[in-house]
Amino acid sequence: MKIKNFIALFLILIVVWILVNNSFSGQIIIIGFILSAFIALLFGTNLRIFDELKFTPTALGYTFIYLLVFLIELIKSNLDVARRVLTPSLPINPGIVKTKTVLKSKMGRMILANSITLTPGTLTVDIDGDTLYIHWIDVCCEDIDKATNAIVKKFEKHLVKIYD
Amino acid sequence: MDSTIGIIGAILTLSGSIFIFLGALGLVRMPDLFNRIQAGTKASTLGTFLSLIGLLIITPQWWGKLILLMIFILITNPVSSHILARAAHFIGVPLADKTVTDKYKEEEKTFSIKDEIKNDTHD
Repeated sequence: MKIKNFIALFLILIVVWILVNNSFSGQIIIIGFILSAFIALLFGTNLRIFDELKFTPTALGYTFIYLLVFLIELIKSNLDVARRVLTPSLPINPGIVKTKTVLKSKMGRMILANSITLTPGTLTVDIDGDTLYIHWIDVCCEDIDKATNAIVKKFEKHLVKIYD
Repeated sequence: MDSTIGIIGAILTLSGSIFIFLGALGLVRMPDLFNRIQAGTKASTLGTFLSLIGLLIITPQWWGKLILLMIFILITNPVSSHILARAAHFIGVPLADKTVTDKYKEEEKTFSIKDEIKNDTHD
């Protein structure tokens, strides 16, 4: 478990270092390599957040699919909110609904909640175990199952394959 | 060829700024805090992304920092809007008249700390 945390933290640090420096010259890579390895050795071993990460090919493939799905949802919902703002009568129907998720892992739940928040029109107000309270700009149904189908399912079905 | 790339980048940046403008317009038009968070902080996600992608096309030598900016926006934006909404609901910011339902308020557990504070002041 610990070696995986070390590798994850090391990769994140070195990628950020290279992006900030914006160059691939030898000196910068060597300094970044040494510093990242040192910091990852100090703090990587007791980082719990990466415990649930998987580096298998299927997980990486579904991560890619998930990013695509998320991007499409982001554009769709952005256009939807823009349309609501521009319509003179302001056609909103807001409310806070309760939804359930089947995800077990903390990392999966965090990514699900953040994806819901990032798509305009839905906003995670609180998360309590497997219950998510979501402020929704256009409430179609107050029922838990129907709201879950409308908001959570489209992200959840891909996240389940990555994290569970 | 060079000017075509410049024009494509400029169009992307312009459409991004249109989305940011719509977010600002939503900030004025929306009735309550939660809907303002919806319009203001998040209609701008796509706007910022389009602007940065446009910049990426015009000046490819900045790619590293621009991609880093996108990643940081992707991570910090949902966290800050979630915390704003949760804190606002916790201190009892009223919801707009249009609001259909508030399932969060019906859960007594989430308001236990607030009730304790209230009871303390009554004592």
